[in-house]
Order: sequence, then C-alpha cells, then structure tokens
Amino acid sequence: MNYIDHESVANKTNSRLLKNKVLKAIFLAATMFGLIVLAILLYRIVTQGSEYLSLEFFTSFASRIPENSGIKAAILGSIYLMLLVAPISMFLGVGTAVYLEEYAKKNKFTDFIRINISNLAGVPSVVFGLLGLTIFARFFGLGISLMAAALTMSLLILPIIIVASQEAVRSVPKELRDASYAMGATKWQTILRIVLPAAIPGILTGSILALSRAIGETAPLVVLGIPTILMFTPDSIMSTFTALPMQIFDWTKRPQVAFHDVAAAGIIVLMTLLIIMNSIAVFIRNKYQKRY
Amino acid sequence: MSMKESNSTLNVQELIAKNSNRGLLSFVEKLMPKLLLAIAVVSVLTTVGILATLLFETYTFFTRVSFWEFITGTEWYPFANSTPTYGILPLIVGTLKITGIAVLVAVPIGIATAIYLSEYASFRARKIIKPILEVLAGVPTIVYGFFALTFVTPILRSISPEVSIFNAISPGIVVGIMIIPMIASLSEDAMNSVPNSMRDGAYALGSTKLEVAIKIVLPAAISGIVASTVLAISRAIGETMIVAVAAGSTPRFDGDLTGSIQTMTAYIVQVSTGDVGYGTTIYYSIYAVGFTLFIFTLIMNMLAQYISKRFREEY
Repeated sequence: MNYIDHESVANKTNSRLLKNKVLKAIFLAATMFGLIVLAILLYRIVTQGSEYLSLEFFTSFASRIPENSGIKAAILGSIYLMLLVAPISMFLGVGTAVYLEEYAKKNKFTDFIRINISNLAGVPSVVFGLLGLTIFARFFGLGISLMAAALTMSLLILPIIIVASQEAVRSVPKELRDASYAMGATKWQTILRIVLPAAIPGILTGSILALSRAIGETAPLVVLGIPTILMFTPDSIMSTFTALPMQIFDWTKRPQVAFHDVAAAGIIVLMTLLIIMNSIAVFIRNKYQKRY
Repeated sequence: MSMKESNSTLNVQELIAKNSNRGLLSFVEKLMPKLLLAIAVVSVLTTVGILATLLFETYTFFTRVSFWEFITGTEWYPFANSTPTYGILPLIVGTLKITGIAVLVAVPIGIATAIYLSEYASFRARKIIKPILEVLAGVPTIVYGFFALTFVTPILRSISPEVSIFNAISPGIVVGIMIIPMIASLSEDAMNSVPNSMRDGAYALGSTKLEVAIKIVLPAAISGIVASTVLAISRAIGETMIVAVAAGSTPRFDGDLTGSIQTMTAYIVQVSTGDVGYGTTIYYSIYAVGFTLFIFTLIMNMLAQYISKRFREEY
C-alpha cells in the first residue's frame, strides 16, 4: 500500500519552492531600491552641479547672479560652527556617559536621565530650533550668532554622542579597571587614565558621525533666522554667519532654474564633507578599536 | 640599584605617604561625581528648556487665540489681513498626508529589506549593503528636499498633468525613502536577535526559507519591527526640510494629494524665513504649532518604547 502520494507532495513542494524564489527576488528588489535611489540621487546632483563647481565657487560670496554665486561665507560658517559644536557637545556627551556608566547609582533619578535622553533623541530638529531661538538667541541675548547656533546644534546631537560614548565606555573590560584598582589607583584616576583612553576610538567614531549629522542639519538654523546672503565671513563667536545647508536651502527655493544647479554644486561640497567625515569615523573604528 | 637609592632610608609605606597627595586626591575624587552629575543634568535641562519654551510661548498665543478655535478650526489663514484664523487641523491633515505616503513607501520596502538582509543575504552581501544603507540614512534632509523638488516632482508631473509643482506625493515618497534605512536596520536587528535554534527547528520540519522568515522570524521579531515603524513615523512627522522645499505652503483641510499643501513643520519654516515681527500673534503661533508637533512625536516615541518593552519576546 502506498501511504504517501508522491506526486501531490512534489507538486506542493514545488509551489512552495517557487514561492520562496519569487519572494526572494522581491525582497532583493526592495533592498536594491534603496541603493538605486542613492545612485540616482548622487548621479543627478553631480551632473547638475559640476558645471558650477570651480575655484571661484569657493572664493566668492552669494550673489543674485547664478554664475557669480559662491559658498565662501557658507563653508567658513559651517566649519566654524563645527569647531564650536565639537568641543561643546563632546564635553557634555562624554561627561554624561561617564557619569551614567561609572558613577550613577541604580535609582529612579538615573532611570529618569536615561529615559529623558532617549526621548530627547526623538524630538524633531525644528523644535530644537525653537528652543535655540527662545533660550539662546533671545533669553541669553546671544542673537543670531555662531554661539547661539553652536549651542543649539550641540544639544541636538547630544543624545547621539551620549549613547555612542556610553557604549564605548561600557565595552572597556572590567579586567583593565581591576588591574588599575589593584595598583592603588582611585576611581577617577582609573577613569581618566584607563577607561577613557581605551574608549576614545568609540567615542570619536560616534562623535564624528554625530557632527556629520549636525553639519547637514538645516531646520534649527532656519528657525534661528540665520541669514543666507552674507557678504562677510564671521570674525567672532558672537558674529552672525550663514551655513552650507542654509545656503543650499535658499538656492533651492528660488524660482530660477539656474540656481538649482548652483544648489546642486553646494550639495556636492556638503556631501563631500560628509563622506570625508564618515570615512574618518570608519577609519578610526577599524584602525584603533580593540576588541577585548 | 644605584648608590643614591640604597642610601635613602625610606621604606615603602613612607614612600607612599610621601608621594600621595591625599588631600587633593580625595578632593578630586569627591568632586568628579558631582561635576559629572552636573553635566548629565544638562540633558534634563534641555528637556525642561524645550517644555518651558513651548509652554510659555504657547500660553501667550492662547491669550490671543481661543484654544477651541485652534484645535477644532479647519481654516489656517494667519496671514489674512482682516480676520486671521488659526485652526490647526489643516496643518495636521497636511502632516498626516506626508506621513501616510511615507509609511506606504517605507514599511513594505524597509521590512522586505530587513528580511532579505537577515534571512537571505550572504555575510559578504550584508557587509556591503548595510554601510550603503547607512549612507542613505546620513544624507542631509535638505538634499532629499532638493531631490524631491528637482527629480521626483518632474517625473510625477510627466506621468499625470494634475500634479502641481508643490504637492504631497513627491515629498511623501522622499520622506519614505529617508526612513527606509531606519526601519530596515532596526527591524533587521530585531530579526537577528531571533535565535537560530528556532530557525533550525522549522528547517528540520521541512520549511523553506520563506516559511521560516514569514512564519517563525517575523512573528518572533514583531515587537521590534512595529517599534521601528512607530519610530520612523515619528521621524516622518517631524521631518522639516523635505516638506518645506517640495510640499508648498497651502494649508488645506481636504484629501487632495496633487496640489500644494502645508505641514506643521513647513509652517514653522515659512514663518521663520518670512519677516514676521517678534511679539506678533503669528510669531507665537509657531510655538503653538511646535508644541502640537512635539506632542505628536512624543506620543509616538513613548509608544515605540512601550511596544518594544511590553511585547518583547525574551529568548
């Protein structure tokens, strides 16, 4: 007697295998979608913007005429902004991470700080702009200055730096600390001389990635009211400035199509900066990150 | 050992006593936790600052505009000369249009990508594809906005002449593209944490890869997948530059997707880039809109945390 109908089993198996194949192709296509969009985006921007990309583009200020437009004020503004944001946000971020990982007791207040940080990470950047406008620009009287924007941006990327630094500090093995304590070092000496040096690659990688988010962030600057046509470069932390994404936004908004190409040229510069920053972060991660 | 050292008659205990700077050391030891706590409190103060800013300025707004008009009004014409109206529903509808389209684009593609990466892709393929998706996640939103306006919108317009230069579809799609990496990578993490023994059990019963993915991995990872989707929705609601560039500035309370609309975030940008004076009702209105936006995203973020905590399967 034949208990198994081999033909129907084969039929069923074949259709299941076929389904598997078809769906696999669909999943692969979905994965490719993101990659293809990225390729199109980059291709479009390079072909649109390369015509305006020249040395003069870097050395001239914004202008009413597309051919004369440049990003001198914008790129210097962005660089100065990052030079301020980096120390402020890293000081606050690493300090918080060390506190949470090394000192914080397990209590309600610590839980509150942690939950607060994860909620802060979800606040839209435009709301940070409102914070900066009210607290830094008006309440502290910093006005539309580099400092006001730097403080706003620092708070915006603070949660990213805290989380990255926490992970870096946490991944330093207990044995290293124990060895340090065994030599008679105090807790702070251990943190300063053992934990932080061991965690530095992770902290730097996370911080550079966070900074690369800050350099492309536009919404807080718009809300702060950063000007777009500026004929000078900032000379102090209290001086007004413009930034690269802000300039791109302004050019994109204009009705003349020629300015779209100028915007694309600006985007090439911005994306190049981002790629350089990301490469440095990946380089640090691969080169210096030890696995214990 | 040199003569000099052997001449010194200090023993070890005395050496320690001599070299250790106990006063300063214990002072630093006591100071640092407090100093670091003060730094950690900055993140709390940031939240306090955001809440205080929004509450305070929104309060001023509601001394001039009725709360009832704000939350039930279907007309948002703050720039009208004679009788400006402040009903936020058109801005919320605009935000929901963008978010809805973005979710329709991002959820299927994001989850499909996660399934492919976690279940089908070889180790090498994953190592190549994941960093590229990270690049996609790192593209500044102003660049996406430019892409929506100068690439996606013209394509849509060539397909259907009904689509105007500013519309909801193009920025909606691009916001969707922006949140794909977020859904894909968080969902993939959730799927990766499903133990292989469960997969092996299903394979042993003769399952195909697809059946393992759909019937075993997906249900086991569902809390992480849903949480990632909710987080992505929160990002879409708060997305600013894409809609400010490509969606237009026409607040409307209807279901139209092809014409110019306005979202909450785009309104804040419109006022910020205009020449609205400090202290005017329009100035305060951006805080009321910002507050509404803040509540929307806060609810979404808390929901995501709740889902991933409450429904997580522990293995």
